Parts: sequence; C-alpha cells; structure tokens
Amino acid sequence: MNLEFSPEEIAFRDEVRAFIAENYPKELAGVGTREDLTREQFLAWHKILGKKGWSAAAWPKKYGGTGWTSTQRYIWSEENARVDAIMPLPFGMAMVAPVIYTFGTEEQKQKHLPGILSGDVWWCQGYSEPGAGSDLASVKTTAVRDGDEWVINGQKTWTTLAQFADWGFFLCRTDPTAAKPQEGISFILVDMKTPGVEVRPIKLLDGGHEVNEVWLTDVRVPVENLVGKENEGWTCAKFLLAHERSGIAGVARSKRGVEKLRAIASTELVDGEPLIQTNEFARKISQLEIDLTALEFTELRTLAAESAGKGPGPESSILKIKGTEIQQRLTELTLEAVGNYAEPYTAGMESDGSNELGVGPDHSHFVAETYFNMRKTSIYGGSNEIQRGIISKMILGL
Amino acid sequence: MDFNFTEEQTMIRDSLSRLIREQYDFDTRRKVVASKDGWRPEMWAQFAELGLLMAPFSEEDGGLGGGPIDAMVVMEEFGKGLVVEPYLPSVVCGGGFLKRGNDAQKAEYLGGIMSGEAIFAFAYAEPRGRYNLADLETTAKKDGSGFVLNGHKAVVIGAPWATHFVVTARTSGDRRDAKGVTVFVVAKDAKGVSTRDYPTVDGRRASEVYFENVAVSADAVIGEVDNGLPLVELVADEAIAALCAEACGAMKVAHAMTVEYSRNRKQFGTAIGKFQVLQHRMVDMFMEHEQSVSMTYMATLKLDEDEVTRKKAASAAKVRIGQGGRFVGQQAIQIHGGMGMTDEMAVGHYFKRLTMIDAEFGNVDHHLKRYTELSTVDVPMAAE
Repeated sequence: MNLEFSPEEIAFRDEVRAFIAENYPKELAGVGTREDLTREQFLAWHKILGKKGWSAAAWPKKYGGTGWTSTQRYIWSEENARVDAIMPLPFGMAMVAPVIYTFGTEEQKQKHLPGILSGDVWWCQGYSEPGAGSDLASVKTTAVRDGDEWVINGQKTWTTLAQFADWGFFLCRTDPTAAKPQEGISFILVDMKTPGVEVRPIKLLDGGHEVNEVWLTDVRVPVENLVGKENEGWTCAKFLLAHERSGIAGVARSKRGVEKLRAIASTELVDGEPLIQTNEFARKISQLEIDLTALEFTELRTLAAESAGKGPGPESSILKIKGTEIQQRLTELTLEAVGNYAEPYTAGMESDGSNELGVGPDHSHFVAETYFNMRKTSIYGGSNEIQRGIISKMILGL
Repeated sequence: MDFNFTEEQTMIRDSLSRLIREQYDFDTRRKVVASKDGWRPEMWAQFAELGLLMAPFSEEDGGLGGGPIDAMVVMEEFGKGLVVEPYLPSVVCGGGFLKRGNDAQKAEYLGGIMSGEAIFAFAYAEPRGRYNLADLETTAKKDGSGFVLNGHKAVVIGAPWATHFVVTARTSGDRRDAKGVTVFVVAKDAKGVSTRDYPTVDGRRASEVYFENVAVSADAVIGEVDNGLPLVELVADEAIAALCAEACGAMKVAHAMTVEYSRNRKQFGTAIGKFQVLQHRMVDMFMEHEQSVSMTYMATLKLDEDEVTRKKAASAAKVRIGQGGRFVGQQAIQIHGGMGMTDEMAVGHYFKRLTMIDAEFGNVDHHLKRYTELSTVDVPMAAE
C-alpha cells in the first residue's frame, strides 16, 4: 500500500500538464462549466481532446478510449480541474457510449462511437418523465413496432441541454402487458432531427435554460436503433446509472472549488479582518476539506477495485451521495462568503460578455445562481434517497 | 498508488482474526474484563507468537520489516474484537519512541517489546493539560548527570499492566512552550513511582501515575533534551492512525450487528429493517464506516510525509473518525432499541469503545482546530 506515483506516472502527469497548458483554449481559461455556455464552448476542449485521442479517459482502448489506469485517470481529472477545464459532457461519453459498447451491435458501435469520441455528435438523455422521476421504471412513453420501424409517443422531461442535442437515448415501454414495471422497457436511440421530436425549454429557479421537455409524437426510427434486447432496456438503464454515479463525485473539481473559496474568504473582510481568519468560517472550510478528503480516498479505493477487474457497483452510490453533498456545501459556503453581493442578479452584464458593468466583486458573480443550481445534484442521477435505497438493498441486503 | 495489502499483512489479518474468533468471543472478554487483572497475559504471549508485536519494526531492529500499515491491520482486528491488551500503548507508542532511541536504548528495550516481556505505557496526558502535548506541569530537573522527575500523569492507558513508562516532562521553558519538552523512559518499579489503578468505562485498565523525586540517569532521555516535542507529536500521530484503524474495526462490527438485529427484530408485524427510515440510517452508518476506512488509509500512508502534511492528515482522520464513530455508535444503540441499552448486548460495548476513542489523543474539536491552524499558516493569494 502506498500513495506514490511511479516515475511513469510522474512523466504522464507532466505530459498531460504540458498538453493542457499548450492546447486549452485561451478564451475559455477560467470560465468553468456553466449552463449558459454555447454549444461551441461546451465542445471546444472535447474536440481538441478527440483529435489527441484523449477524450474518452474511462473507455477501454479497443473502442477508442485511452485505456488509462485508475491512477492515470485520477491524474487526468486533477490536471484538468487545475484550469477549470470544460470537460466532455457525460451524456454521450459516460452514459450512452458504455451502453453501446457493452450491449450494442457492431454496427451501432461503428456508427455512434466515433462521433462521441470526436465531440461532433451531442447526445441527450431521455429518461425522466412527468410521472417517472425517482420511480423511473414507470415510464409511459411507448414504442410500438411497425414493420421496420419503432413508432414512439410520449413526453420526457428534465432533458439536460437537449437544445443542442443531435441524438438522444430513450427509455420506452415496448410491452405494456409485462408483469413487472421493469420488464417491457426498451433502450432506443433517436435522431433528434426526426419529425415529431419537439424540444421545449424549462426555465429553472436560477434563471437559466439548462433542461427541457422533449415531446415525441409519432416519431419513427429504424428498428436497428434498439440497443440490447427488446424489453430488456432496464438492464441498460441500470448499467448506465451505475456509470453515471461514479463520474458524479467530482472530487478534483471540488478540490479546485475549495481553493477558490479560500481565496474569496481571504479577501472578504469581517471587522476589517479576512473572513478566513474567523474561527467560525475557517472551521467550516476545514470540515468541508476533511469530508472531501474522505470522499477522495473512497473514490481512489473504488477506482483501485475497479482496475482490479470489478466494474462500478452499488458502492458508486456512496460517491454520488457524498460527492453531491460536498458540491452543494461548497456552493453554500461560497454564497455565505460573499455576503451582501450574493444578491445582485448579474446575468447579461459584464462578466457575461456584455458591456454593462457587473455589480460587486467578480468573485461574487453567479455565486447565488450556482448555489441554487447545485441543489439539482442530490436530485438527479437517482436522488440521494434512491441511492440510499440502492445501498440498503444491494449492499446491506435489507 | 496502490491500495493492496502484502501477503504478510493478509496473513497477519487472517491469523489474528481466527485467534480472536476462537479465543476472544464476547462472553470470554466480559469475564476477562471483570477479572482482577483485567487482561490475559497468555493472550499477549499468543499475539507475540503470531509475530504481531514484531510486525511493525524494521528487520534491522529485529522486527518483521513492516510498518504502520501492519499496525493498522492489527488494530483494525483488535477493534472488531474489542481486544483490551495494550498493543497501542506498548507496541505503537512505546515501540514508536524506542525505535527512534539511541543504540543502547534499542538494545535494551526493543527486544522486550517485541517478545512481549516488556510492556510500555505512554504517560503524556496531565490533569490540566487536556490534549496539548506541550502543556506539561511534570518537571524533570537536572541533577548531576541525570534528572529528577516530579508530577502527575493522567489516564495512562495500560499502566496497570506496564513494566515501563515513556514519560513527557518539562526540562525548561514555560508551561506550554514547544521547547523544553523531554521524553524519558522510566521503569515502573523505579523509586518514587506510584500509581492509582482503575478500570476504564470501555473495559480497559488505566492509572493515574505519580512521580515523586524519581531519579533517572541521562541514558533515560529518548531523543534530545528540550527538543522532544516533534518526536512526541510524531508518535502521537502514529497512535492516532492506529486508533483510527481500531475505530474502523469497531464501527464495522457495530454496523453489521445493527443490520442483523434489524432483520430479526419484528414490530408492527414486520422486521424493522424493512422500514425505510431505518434503512437509510443504516446506509448512513455504512457510509461513515467506509469513509473512516478511507481516512485511516490516508492518515497511515501519510505518516512518513513532511510534518505539516502528516499532522493535517492525522487531524483530518481523527475528526472524521470521531464524528463517524459517534454517529455509528449512537445509531447502533438507537436501532437496537431498549436491548441496545443492556450490558449483555455486545453492541453497547462497541459504542463505549468508539466513544472513548474520540477522547484519546485529541477529540474532534481539538483536531478541527489543529487542522485549521495548519491550513491557515499561509493565507492564499487574493482571488483577484
């Protein structure tokens, strides 16, 4: 047992660091991942990585992934977090791709994986419905076989960034008579340009347009868009959720967030002294950082187990729960740190690319919006209560 | 980076776990704890035979060539079995000091620690010093070439069973000064040493130890006169890592017992483990345990890093384990209901041990403060 990087790993870190320094788009430096980025901004780094062959850090080599070890992936996340890099979005890279290369046909792999690797094709996730949130298995969207086509009807919701999507993956009910709700669901790929697909924006409490409703009316897609077996889509859905959960911890990003929080708390003053030197706030930061360390080493243990041949299992639920709790607490403390200047609504002002001056220090901009937005993290990807249910059933056997 | 155990470490774990299962069941432990001596020297001899007492020492010192990870493995198993024998005071603390002593001290004491014939206790705490390792009223005054010790050491765990003490005393400076702390090795039967022995609430034995004009020679000083604090802090951090491992073992069992109990206990016509509110509570216990294991690995693996990194790691782990141990312990009792309150159920004994682990070598508040002080030494650059 040891924490040291081998000489090869140190060389790898140096190589990665140099590559990022040279190639990360200058105009995106320090912008960070925000919901109001343009499609081009979201994809800029992804495309550069695609050319380098580094876009899919977690995929096996034979499908175009890097084949990196868990330690290399850890280094990779750390190095990208140092510059707040806007990473490839999870919908293609971490969600549908592992389903396709695990359950898909050779044709599906060849058709879809290259576009995900290169960043040319944007995917969205058609899982939740108005009546199927935590109870995902109660999806009502139907897909009915008609000759060589599936005819899809229904409504999906909370579809993140579907306004940019080229393709979507949808959970559809293909056997309404199945004995259990989990049976009779199929996993189907839909070209978002297909007639009958309509994307309607949902404005969120932070003022942003991040999620959408997706309406599907007599949408016809070829039968070969089914991934895995008909009526066994739940297997794909569960598999995908386990992958989604493990990427969700966001340790490296949160570590960077703590650094920024320290910097903010060093300039904000309380009775003329830096906020960070007050016992109350300094200890809140310490507690956050300690909990983040616990999460980091739990993730490292999980990664080590994974590279020893075990795929992400129910343990990844811990990473989801603790990772999102920490992300939320980080934004909560950042909100507290900026004091009065949490209040101005500065969307559309200076730091947002307009000529109008912002209000208050730059570090206070979007702090409240980010805090509001991050409440989503304990709800999405299977709410944290659902995760506890999974651990209770799968690990504790209750 | 590597989180695997060596073959030797796995062997230690397996054989110790078997020994505890076969000879350290809960009823046996209760009898031993209630007996006059409160421990089993013959069990200590078996631990020595298994090589546990030699495991963390270098081959050069006559050990098996292991280190803190081996101690971690042993302490986790001790935590699972609520073992009372003094591995932490004697091997981790006593051994921790003496392996850093001079050649003569190593030759005189290490063999005894590894064979189990010598048993050390670490007399560092004082009635008014709380968790500050430098807050010492015990004095050691120069007398010819040697020293004379006077003072009162508080709650010295394992002292009733000890043959020797490692004692911290002030040789110069003011009461809380970092400089002026010196570490001594003192035989328990030295003239002027007296003890008041008592049981602890979690089934171990401890003493108040009094030094009254105890004369020791210059050879009794471990490390440098007046500059002993860094060594004391290092050994204390090693003790913290070992305690964290013990806590992980205890949490694991307390959680497992609780899950098992909830499967069998029926109320309202159903097993209480079917209730979602209790399921989620037990998941939270599970996560506290898992994160404690992570923090124990982290602190143990960082013991050989630079001083600030090591101290922050030990404090971070002690904070997390203090909080996790309290949560797991309290909830284990809660879910066991009235039965959890009884002496006959093992779970209460795990709760008691977990509670006392927080009180040893600095509790949550102490280490959160220490971590914070170490983090704000350099105020980072302004945001803009």
